[in-house]
Amino acid sequence: MTGIVWYLTIFVLAAFVGYEVISKVPSILHTPLMSGSNAIHGIVLVGALFILGEAAGPAQLVLGFVAVFLATLNIVGGFVVTDRMLEMFHAKPERAPSPAPSTVAPAVESPAVPAKGHAPAAEESAPQAPGAESRGP
Amino acid sequence: MTALQHAFSLPLSTWRSAVYLVAIVGFVLALKGLSFPRHARRGNLLGAAAALLAVGMTFSAGTVSHSARNLALAFGAMALGSVVAVPTARLVKMTAMPQMVAMFNGVGGGAAALISVTELLHGHGIGVSPATYVIVEAMLGVLIGCVSFAGSAISFAKLQELMPTRPIVYPAQQPINAAVGAGILALFVTSVVTGSVAYVFGVLGLSLVLGVVFTLPIGGADVPVLISLLNAFTGLAVAASGFTLGNPLLIVAGTLVGASGMLLTRLMSKAMGRSLPNILFSAFGAVVTATGTAEGLDGKVVKTSTPDDIAVLLAYARKVAIVPGYGLAVAQAQHVVKELADELMTRGVEVFYAIHPVAGRMPGHMNVLLAEANVPYDELKEMDEANPELPTTDVALVVGANDTVNPAAVDSPGSPIYGMPIVHADQAQHIVFLKRSMRPGFAGIDNALLFDDKTVLLFGDAKDTLQKLVSSVKAV
Repeated sequence: MTGIVWYLTIFVLAAFVGYEVISKVPSILHTPLMSGSNAIHGIVLVGALFILGEAAGPAQLVLGFVAVFLATLNIVGGFVVTDRMLEMFHAKPERAPSPAPSTVAPAVESPAVPAKGHAPAAEESAPQAPGAESRGP
Repeated sequence: MTALQHAFSLPLSTWRSAVYLVAIVGFVLALKGLSFPRHARRGNLLGAAAALLAVGMTFSAGTVSHSARNLALAFGAMALGSVVAVPTARLVKMTAMPQMVAMFNGVGGGAAALISVTELLHGHGIGVSPATYVIVEAMLGVLIGCVSFAGSAISFAKLQELMPTRPIVYPAQQPINAAVGAGILALFVTSVVTGSVAYVFGVLGLSLVLGVVFTLPIGGADVPVLISLLNAFTGLAVAASGFTLGNPLLIVAGTLVGASGMLLTRLMSKAMGRSLPNILFSAFGAVVTATGTAEGLDGKVVKTSTPDDIAVLLAYARKVAIVPGYGLAVAQAQHVVKELADELMTRGVEVFYAIHPVAGRMPGHMNVLLAEANVPYDELKEMDEANPELPTTDVALVVGANDTVNPAAVDSPGSPIYGMPIVHADQAQHIVFLKRSMRPGFAGIDNALLFDDKTVLLFGDAKDTLQKLVSSVKAV
């Protein structure tokens, strides 16, 4: 019976840690965080492996096999999906300190416009663009 | 004996526990990392590394690897799972991410439930009469795991539009739900009192039913919050199977997810301006009034326009707000919308994006999409930051958003979305909607803003329409 009390102690402490550790998450990260924690509970795979290892008889073997399969889906799929979401964030922190594009002179902006969009662009900005480029570096 | 020699003489099971402890620390740090934009990706990779370490170490256990046949089955199941999961997760479109998370979450809940069932049967098979708390733990694991599994399946079907996204209501819904709950409780108590494990199959079946009936009345727009809640449930189910197996790793990892998932669910519902009970139990459906036609309730007709006219409006505006929504994600129009914004900015128009926290199908959905198109961070304005700007904005360009700009959330107390904070596109001088059709938004209700005198509509796929707008703006 001491075992169960010991486990309950771990449970209660882990609940506090789980609650505290994400207390200040910005809303843009709600989805990746949900997806990432989804992957973490995929560690149920460890439990499924113990179950399948000890399984005796066809029923338990089938249940164990299915449990390992489902848990693998959870853990592998969970981490891969989260990584794909976060892949798209990586460029941001470097970008943030650059001057606000919406307020600076439009001419400085034009080199950043994709080439195909640039060609027929408004005439007045075209001559200024090379100048802005040469000043840049 | 030196300390080193002593360490090597420790039994393997102690080493395993130590490695599990390292994995637990890894998971805590992963969650922490995931809460900061700068560290999020590293946090996720750290979590994956910790998981890999723990799974690898598990094979050192005699009980896992003693039978060659069982071990072969384990590797077969893991290989099969990886072969299915990796391509699915890699190839899924960004718009389908939410249902992917729902699916991976549901199978985790299913695995936890199966572990609890099998462990109970295993103990039964070798003639051990389980202690009361073992039955309680296992039953809880089965109950929560099955609710999560079935609920996630329904969420998946709703988001994938395999079934109606609107809340599904039927007569005697509450009594039926209550009866299912009471049935589970009765089986639970009987099992504990009699010490018989056979009732677990009844609990399993009824819990699956409970997962379905619990999820059906929740409206499509609220499904992301539901997925977050079910994610927390799966965490608790995993913790319960950790109790059953006596495995602290599962207890801690499951509880971490359960607790942080509950908090995250509350944060999400707060971002929608709703309370969690309101989302779960308000049964939305009763007041839904969607006509989905081009004629409003009081006979008003929407105004449509052409890309050329809108291009002139945009090109001569001083300030333009782009309000993206799910339609942008569906059309994969994030790159074209940036092209339009850049084009307008080269003409000296001030452009910003007004991001509703729950635009799209998941919180942060729009940020992810626009980040993919390399839209600079400082052009993205969160709702609270964008709203004060909108009264001085000349044109609000609503790209595939609907419910998140619906003024009914502010002015009609009877509306199911009443109380949800919205992007105040209605306060701009002109409102331009890019829409596929007159189909109502995910909440399934009409939007009076479409019929406003200041509003014009451009029908069509968001990507095509934006492409036309880009070339028209260039020609202005």
